[in-house]
Amino acid sequence: MRARDLLHPRPEGLYCPPGDFYIDPIRPVDRALITHGHSDHARAGHGSVLATAETLDIMGLRYGSDFAGTTQAAKLGERLAIGDVGVTFHPAGHVLGSAQIAVEQNGTCIVASGDYKRHPDPTCAAFVPIQCDVFITEATFGLPVFKHPSDREEIARLLKSVEQFPQRAHLVGAYALGKAQRVIRLLRDAGYDRTIFIHGALAKLCDYYESQGVALGTLEPATVETGTKGDFAGEIIVGPPAAFADRWARRFPDPVACFASGWMRIRQRARQRGVELPLIISDHSDWDELTETITGTGASEVWVTHGREEALVRWCELNGIAARPLHLVGYEDEGD
Amino acid sequence: MNRFAELLDRLVLTPSRNGKLTLLTDYFRATEDPDRGLALAAITGDLSIAAVKPAMLRMLISERMDPVLFGYSYDYVGDLAETVSLVWPDPPRALEDNHTPTLADVVSALQTASRSDGPSIVANLLDRADISARYAILKLVTGGLRIGVSARLAKQAVADLGPVDVTEIEELWHGLKPPYGELFAWLEGKAERPEKTAKALFRPVMLSNPVGDGDLEKLDPANYAAEWKWDGIRVQAVCEGGMRRLYSRTGDDVSPAFPDLAASMDFEGVLDGELLVGDPQRETGTFSDLQQRLNRKAVSAKIQARYPVFVRCYDLLQEGEEDLRSLPFAERRMRLESFVAQLDLARFDLSPLVPFADWQALEDMRRNPPHPVIEGVMLKACNSPYLAGRPKGPWFKWKRDPFTVDAVLMYAQRGHGKRSSFYSDYTFGVWSGPEGAGELVPVGKAYFGFTDEELRQIDKFVRDNTVERFGPVRSVRADRSHGLVLEVAFEGLNRSTRHKSGVAMRFPRISRLRWDKPPHEADRIETLQALLD
Repeated sequence: MRARDLLHPRPEGLYCPPGDFYIDPIRPVDRALITHGHSDHARAGHGSVLATAETLDIMGLRYGSDFAGTTQAAKLGERLAIGDVGVTFHPAGHVLGSAQIAVEQNGTCIVASGDYKRHPDPTCAAFVPIQCDVFITEATFGLPVFKHPSDREEIARLLKSVEQFPQRAHLVGAYALGKAQRVIRLLRDAGYDRTIFIHGALAKLCDYYESQGVALGTLEPATVETGTKGDFAGEIIVGPPAAFADRWARRFPDPVACFASGWMRIRQRARQRGVELPLIISDHSDWDELTETITGTGASEVWVTHGREEALVRWCELNGIAARPLHLVGYEDEGD
Repeated sequence: MNRFAELLDRLVLTPSRNGKLTLLTDYFRATEDPDRGLALAAITGDLSIAAVKPAMLRMLISERMDPVLFGYSYDYVGDLAETVSLVWPDPPRALEDNHTPTLADVVSALQTASRSDGPSIVANLLDRADISARYAILKLVTGGLRIGVSARLAKQAVADLGPVDVTEIEELWHGLKPPYGELFAWLEGKAERPEKTAKALFRPVMLSNPVGDGDLEKLDPANYAAEWKWDGIRVQAVCEGGMRRLYSRTGDDVSPAFPDLAASMDFEGVLDGELLVGDPQRETGTFSDLQQRLNRKAVSAKIQARYPVFVRCYDLLQEGEEDLRSLPFAERRMRLESFVAQLDLARFDLSPLVPFADWQALEDMRRNPPHPVIEGVMLKACNSPYLAGRPKGPWFKWKRDPFTVDAVLMYAQRGHGKRSSFYSDYTFGVWSGPEGAGELVPVGKAYFGFTDEELRQIDKFVRDNTVERFGPVRSVRADRSHGLVLEVAFEGLNRSTRHKSGVAMRFPRISRLRWDKPPHEADRIETLQALLD
């Protein structure tokens, strides 16, 4: 069969006609398969949702327990049948619960990888390359300029700065699901055992990560108890990036604005956001990870979605792999 | 090299002066010779390396990657050196750990490079470095680090190592050469202060304090001499044993930009004065005219003829072999008068003393100066020696009141560091076009002059009245009936071809918030144009 008869883009999202389901639809549909809990991939209001147990939990935390008509937990590596289409979830290494979804029928296999990374991450299961005919890859960082350094070195730079500027508070901007917990866990792995202060928007998800066995150490809300600004001098505060441009940030003494994101590789990006200490820590694949993964899946065809599709398509052409952009809409380019 | 690269990466994103000083001082303390001295020279602009053209970088990278992929990359990043540093093939892991070149390796390789082997030497260095280090190497070879650190700030950081006063570093500076081993050794207490052996060194200048409330009541006018405060730039002209140097007030050697003046520096001594444009016998040009001569490395004969420069002298620090700095002002002044009388009349004249009976009389003169290029008066204690730095008491500047204009807030930008959650940089405009149907045209930008409380109020106004957002910038509602009027104080106005309004303010700051004033009563562009020249 032709691969595009098994999966193809529709305005709602990636659709599988023989199984009558969508993968990561951006509008409410009858049956949705969800790769991970980031809000541009996991939306509320579907008839039924099939996702990993962690992703279902995270959706429940964010949207309330009635976020879908019915839910079903997918076990990693276990083949499920939807009509005569086989569906298997495999770890994607992006955030806790994230999965790639392999879809197969009559010997044709397509892997929709959602978002993924290859860099080791202590807060989630590692990506597993799946042999397939068509590999659908993200391209958030799909340019040769994106090379993520070792996350340990980035954390070491943060700790050095904390030592260098003991009278200032270090505000680390990190997305609430995944990045924030990874940064905290990396700080613990680097031996930082002081209390880490967090923005209220992080509390529920940090508690959930703890309950899933990701130890985050002592966390406290970054609220002003005594009303004196010196309270947070020399401390590390983690919060969603948007909060640091907000009035919320005014409680901290002479803050050092840090941002943990793959975008911080580009100096102008850091400058535009007023970031003083960029931390290049990404939950997406960098250029080398993308190209190595494409090679590793053995796919003869690659579909490229959300991000800088044209460079990855060009790379595939140069390497004799058929490739085309999928032009799916609605996924945030910025979410790292 | 890695530490230097890390330093550059942090400096460029650190907005505060103190933050930069901490980063620099920590680097100088933790880094060994000669790397730290070479880094210092790179920052102060005293490191000479043959420059590499962008075309060469393009050629090098085109041999290493697909041009289409490079094109996508460069379009995205926008900076050639940064793009090349990112896409350059990484060295094998094993090599990276042990063979990253030191800054000294990089500098010596680049200094010995000839035109023909330049490209291969640069490529070889890049092959041995990681991304950050590659970026630093490329910034070194393409000239201009652009990290927002002045030579003066770098010298301050070096002084903080001692600590010693920064004027001590400035005084020694032109006698020292990179990598400044003897300077660091002295600051760390491992050696004596370097000897001043070189000729025509800079003498740290004496600076004045502004007259504050009640300052003058305590002083006897009879003990002070007054001079006009000329609106030029402070210079020090030094001639010693055949060496001629013109220094800025921070000790930068600016002689190459003023060959016309240097040709007339035919004396043995050190003069302190104001650099101005014009002919001292006939007319003194404006600061706008002077700007035609500033910030140039070389200057054409045409520009020299059109904007001749001269020095209006107000102090003599050395005459022949004799250091006069410990003499009282009155005595130096007498020596100065006879010294200047022997110099080229077209290039040097004397800053006249302004006689005055009492403070009130002087105040009147300050408010109504007789010449447009005067921006106030200077007061100097007759008995004071010439002291480096800004001692409180002997010298005062008493400026005429600033100009003010009522302008309307148009755009606000988020600040940095402490102010990152505040909209604290303001672009303001005045009305232009037909009365009643005009539009606002931006005339300047200011980010200080207000109190913390006022900042909070403006920030709230900006958030409540946002019309559009462009990244960190917001445009705010500003029409005839609704908007925020700012009283802006400034020191002067220059013509500008760069701004739509045709004017550029000098030293603008917010002096008052005019919540009471409706925007249509703000000033018009014609008011500003009348101030030009």
